[in-house]
Amino acid sequence: MKTKLKLTTVFLISIIFFLPLFSFAQSISSNELISNAKNYDGKPVVYTGEVIGDVMLRKENAWVNVNDGDNAVGVWMSAASAKEINYMGSHKSFGDKIEVTGIFHRACPEHGGDLDIHASDVRKTENGRMISEKIDPGKRDLSLILGGVLILIWILTLFKRK
Amino acid sequence: MILRPRLEDLKIIGFYLGKIILGLALTMFIPILIGLCFKEINPVLDFAIAVAISVIIGMLLVKICRTEKDLNWMQGMIVVSLSWIAAMFLSAIPLYLSGHYHSFLDSCFETMSGFTTTGLTLVQDLDHLSYTHNLWRHLGPFIGGQGIAIIVLSLFIKGTSGAFKMYVGEGRDEKLLPNVINTARFIWLISIIYLIVGTIGLGITGISIGLKPVNAFFHGACIFMAGFDTAGFSPQSQNILYYHSLIFEVVTIIIMIVGSLNFNFHYQLWIGNRKEMVRNIESRTFFISIMLTFFIVAIGLNQLGIYPQAIVLFRKGFFQLISAHTTTGYMTIYAQQFIAEWGNLALVGLICAMALGGCICSTAGGIKMLRVGIIAKAFKEDLKRIIMPGSAIVVEKFHHIKEIFLEDKQVRSVLIITLAYIILYVIGALVGMFYGYPFLDSLFESTSAAANVGLSCGITNPAMPAALKVTYIIQMWAGRLEFISIFTLIGFLAAALKGK
Repeated sequence: MKTKLKLTTVFLISIIFFLPLFSFAQSISSNELISNAKNYDGKPVVYTGEVIGDVMLRKENAWVNVNDGDNAVGVWMSAASAKEINYMGSHKSFGDKIEVTGIFHRACPEHGGDLDIHASDVRKTENGRMISEKIDPGKRDLSLILGGVLILIWILTLFKRK
Repeated sequence: MILRPRLEDLKIIGFYLGKIILGLALTMFIPILIGLCFKEINPVLDFAIAVAISVIIGMLLVKICRTEKDLNWMQGMIVVSLSWIAAMFLSAIPLYLSGHYHSFLDSCFETMSGFTTTGLTLVQDLDHLSYTHNLWRHLGPFIGGQGIAIIVLSLFIKGTSGAFKMYVGEGRDEKLLPNVINTARFIWLISIIYLIVGTIGLGITGISIGLKPVNAFFHGACIFMAGFDTAGFSPQSQNILYYHSLIFEVVTIIIMIVGSLNFNFHYQLWIGNRKEMVRNIESRTFFISIMLTFFIVAIGLNQLGIYPQAIVLFRKGFFQLISAHTTTGYMTIYAQQFIAEWGNLALVGLICAMALGGCICSTAGGIKMLRVGIIAKAFKEDLKRIIMPGSAIVVEKFHHIKEIFLEDKQVRSVLIITLAYIILYVIGALVGMFYGYPFLDSLFESTSAAANVGLSCGITNPAMPAALKVTYIIQMWAGRLEFISIFTLIGFLAAALKGK
C-alpha cells in the first residue's frame, strides 16, 4: 500500500515538473498567449483559429495569420502546409479553421522580435466557405425612402425658387 | 457685457455648415465606387443611406440659411468645430450599418478617431470588414488630416476671407502661399502626389512579401493614407504586424516621418530649398527629441531584457517610438504587450514622445515641435539673462522659414497651448483612473487620444465605459483643432444662454 502511494506521489510530482516541457495539448487562446507570453516563450503550443487575409509565401515557408476570435497570431509554416489552405477569411469568405502545433515565440529572434508560432504540424479542422451576400431588405427600403425624400426636397426648392 | 448671438450669426453658421456637409457627402461616393468594383452590395447601400441623410441635412441647411455674407472670426471657428461634430455623426452611419460596431457611439468614436488622425479603434472583427467600409475608415484620416473645412475651401469657396478663418480654426496658422485657397489646393496637390507614389511603393512592397496584387495595392493605399496622415489605422486587426516584413516596416517609418513634417518643408523642397530642413528649428527639435525619447525607451527595454538581441530591441523600440512621436499609432506588437512587457521607463519614454508630437502645419498631433523649440529657446534666453550682467541686452532668434526674433508675446501663446495640452492629457488620465485603470495605463491612453496618436495599451476596446469613450472623443476633437475653435464654441453657447 505504502509503495503504491509513493509511486503515485512520484508520478504526480514528475508530471508537475515535466509538463511544461511537453506541448500544451489543449489549444491555447491568443489572449492567453499574448498576456502571458513569457510563460509560453520557446515552448510547444497548440493554437486553433481561422486563417485570415493573405497567405504570404516566403521561399520554402509562408506566413499565415490565424485569428481565434480575439486576436490574430502569425504562424510561420512550410509552404507545403500553406498550400493546403483553400479559404482565407475576408468579407466574402470564412477562412479555413486550422489547428497549429508548434513552438511559440514571445519575441522571435529569427523574425525581428515578432510574437509568432513556428508550426511543426498544421491540421485543417474545418473547411472555409464563400459567404453569399443577399440584399438586406431593410437597407434597400430605407435607401429608397431617403432617395424619395431627397427628390421631394429638391422639387420643393425648385418651386420656391420660381 | 456678453452679446447674445443674432439670428444672422446662426444663418451664416448654418449656411457654411450645410456646404461642408454637402462636401462630406460627395466624398462618400469614393467608397461607393470601390464597393461597386468589389460587388459589395450591402456596404454600398450603407453608404447610399449615409449620402442621402447627409445631402438632405446639408441641402436643408443651405436652403434655409442662404446668405451672401462672409464669415467673421467667431462664426468661422464655430463652423469648423461644428463641422467636425457633424462629420463624426454622419460618417458613422455607414460604419454602424456594417454591423462591425457594438453601438452607434463606437462608430462615432471610430470616425472621430479617423478624422482627427488618431487611429484608436473600436471595430470588431476587422478581418472580415468589407473593402468599402475599410476604405472609408482610411479615407477619414486623409480627409480630416488635410482638414474637413479645407476640402470645402478648395472645392466650393472662392476667395472669401472666411476661408482663412476656417483654415486657422482647423489648427493651422501657416500659409504656404499668399492665398489660403491656393495653400489648401497646394496641400491637396502634395497629398495626392504622395498618395499615388506611396500606394505604388507600398503596393509593390506588398506583392514582394506575398500579398495578392489587389490586396497589395488596396492595403498600400490604406496604409499610406493612414500613415501619411499620421492616423495608424490598418486594414487588418494585427496592424503592421500582419505583414511580418522588415521592408514594409521601413517603408512605413519613412511615410510616418514624411507625414509628420510641416507642409512648409514639403513646399520648400518643392521649390528647391533643401537647406531649410537642416536649418529649421522644428526639424532640429524633432531630431533631438526623437533621439532623447528613443534613448529613454531603449534603456527601459534593455533594463528588462525583453529583447535580448540589440537589433530586435532597435527594430521594435524604434518603430514604436517613431509611431508615437509622429503621432501615427502603427504597432508591430500587441497592445497588451506594452503593459505586460515594456515596463514603466519605456512607457514613459513613449508617453513623452506622444505628448510632444510632430510638426505644426502637418497632420501630426501633440504639443508640436515648433512650440517645444520655442520653449527651449525662451528657456535659454532666460538662463542668459540670469548669467549675464543686468545691463546686457539678451536677444534670441530662431530660424523657421525665415529668421525670427523671439518675443515674449510669442512665448506666451506657445505656453498657453502647451499648458492646454498638458491639462487635456491629465483630465483624460483622471477619468481613466476614475474607472479603475492604473495611473500609467490611463496616462498612456489619454495622451494617445489627446495627442491624436492611436497607440493603445489595451484600454480602448468596445467593452470600456461609455463615459470614457466620450472623454476620448472630446480629447481627440480638442487635440486636433488645437482648442481655439472649441473655446469659441463654448463661448458662443455661453453667450446664447447668458447674453443680452
